[in-house]
Amino acid sequence: MAALLHALDRSSTAFLILIAAVAVVVPTLNLVVPETSALHLPTYLVALFGKYICYALLALAIDLIWGYCGILSLGHGAFFALGGYAMGMYLMRQIGTRGVYANPILPDFMVFLNWHELPVYWYGFSHFAYAALMIVLVPGLLAFVFGWFAFRSRVTGVYLSIITQALTYALMLGFFRNNFGFGGNNGLTDFKDILGFNVQSAETRAALFSISCVALALGFIISRLIITSKFGKVLVAIRDAEARTRFLGYRVESYKVFVFTLSACIAGIAGALYVPQVGIINPSEFAPASSIEAVIWVAVGGRGTLTGAVLGAVLVNYAKTYFTSGPLAPYWLFILGSLFIAVTLLLPRGVIGTLRHWWALRRDYLNAKSAAIDDGIAVGIALKRPAE
Amino acid sequence: MEERVTPSLLYLDGVTVSFDGFRALNNLSFTLSAGEMRAVIGPNGAGKTTMMDVVTGKTRPDAGDVIFDGSQDLTRLDETEIAELGIGRKFQKPTVFDMHTVEDNIRLALKSDRRVRATLMWQGSREESARINTILETIRLAPLRNRIAGSLSHGQKQWLEIGMLLAQEPKLLLVDEPVAGMTDAETRQTAELLKEINRDRTVVVVEHDMTFVRDLGVRVTVLHEGTVIAEGSIDQVSANERVIEVYLGR
Repeated sequence: MAALLHALDRSSTAFLILIAAVAVVVPTLNLVVPETSALHLPTYLVALFGKYICYALLALAIDLIWGYCGILSLGHGAFFALGGYAMGMYLMRQIGTRGVYANPILPDFMVFLNWHELPVYWYGFSHFAYAALMIVLVPGLLAFVFGWFAFRSRVTGVYLSIITQALTYALMLGFFRNNFGFGGNNGLTDFKDILGFNVQSAETRAALFSISCVALALGFIISRLIITSKFGKVLVAIRDAEARTRFLGYRVESYKVFVFTLSACIAGIAGALYVPQVGIINPSEFAPASSIEAVIWVAVGGRGTLTGAVLGAVLVNYAKTYFTSGPLAPYWLFILGSLFIAVTLLLPRGVIGTLRHWWALRRDYLNAKSAAIDDGIAVGIALKRPAE
Repeated sequence: MEERVTPSLLYLDGVTVSFDGFRALNNLSFTLSAGEMRAVIGPNGAGKTTMMDVVTGKTRPDAGDVIFDGSQDLTRLDETEIAELGIGRKFQKPTVFDMHTVEDNIRLALKSDRRVRATLMWQGSREESARINTILETIRLAPLRNRIAGSLSHGQKQWLEIGMLLAQEPKLLLVDEPVAGMTDAETRQTAELLKEINRDRTVVVVEHDMTFVRDLGVRVTVLHEGTVIAEGSIDQVSANERVIEVYLGR
């Protein structure tokens, strides 16, 4: 409990209150406020905002490893997508006989491919608890194995970034194949129910939105607990002087593997919440560019700040929605690219990082000023004035 | 525990390290007894830093034995394991954790359980604070404990790093150029500090600064081209013809 109090400083508490407010207000505006009212929020916007929240959770996961431990993963979309596929598999099994081919066991795409039996790795996905386990376990296990090899071999910096890109690209190629058993390039879609509730209904969407907010808040609390512990101090030490940390006797690779695996699990949960809200999961989520985009969100918001990652994800995705639905649509990627360059050159600390920096400078300035007054410097100036 | 094969705390025999054919260490032999303080000098490229790299596990020798505490074969261990055995190292360029406070730098270095679970569950204790205070007093940085280490002066960073070494409570300290870039006053204070440390720990100091080595007043080992060419007091060594040739005869 003491650790929790220590982890949640004033700005973290404010942030959690904000998330809680959003989790309540958005569904209320959608479900309770009548459609005729100007304040009514249409259901499609609830799903859209829900998507932003899931992206924010992914950004949080990236910030935990990049901002605090210096691990720049350009393949975190892979863990997000794996969590999404695990959820998608559960949702596919819920369709049952309501599919086009009305097969009680096989999803439509398997019938279409002339498969007669459910592949072994699809077993169990009709149970939500099993799917929920896989949502965390599959990305976590992959991250653990990947991290184990990469960090033990001391792959760092740009080389690590490149192999994470290779990882997500390889998975994308795999998932594109029909015989891989995940619906090929169409992915998994046409979902009907989640835990017996219709995924399309306004109530379910509102509930999914609030659950996403809760997941974001929990992810935030866990991240804060980690970075305010001694473990978090070791992470920052690794980021700033890895060799020094090793010579102090810390087993750097264990720390990296742990935080990388945890981050992948969080990304998996984000992906799992994302899928029922957007209604589809396909291999394009594994595209290297999506992972890079997620890193841009964190850079824009300010890495190593957690709240910045959340803000960056929401801001950039809102901008994306805004620009890609207007006449500027063809230029979105140019805008995104310029944004990244502009942030790197002009705002290297990101939005929240810059604000915090200004705040710290101002506090130092005020402290120095009051100290100067105490020392009587200001008195000297005041005494001088009448003589001029 | 394996059987002791040597009475020395640190024992290097026939150590050779080559980088692309260049022999950084050439059949180097070196012994150090417990409680000793030793200065290692030599011109640039003599192999001083490579020797430290070999002892701390950063570089693996191509040949030779490196034995610590009589029985531990250091050539089979990595940096973390060697640090756990009780060998601390100060780098040539002061390396502290710039974004952490002075106090946290020491806290991270304090001898403690280094495993992931222990650091996750860590809670500060009065005993820990007391240990941190003692070290901050020793390295004269107590008034700056809440400063971000990155904002310290060069000399203060050198001391902080020495403080971090102390916090590790090592049996052997390897100190690489502790007074590089220090003022004369700081250099003198550093010599005092190292002597104080040497009261209960074994120390190896690598240094260029001859006045500093003279101040320390300890046995000196001279390296040249990866091998030991002289050993003895600073006066003996500076009278040695081979040493004069190496230092001046270029």
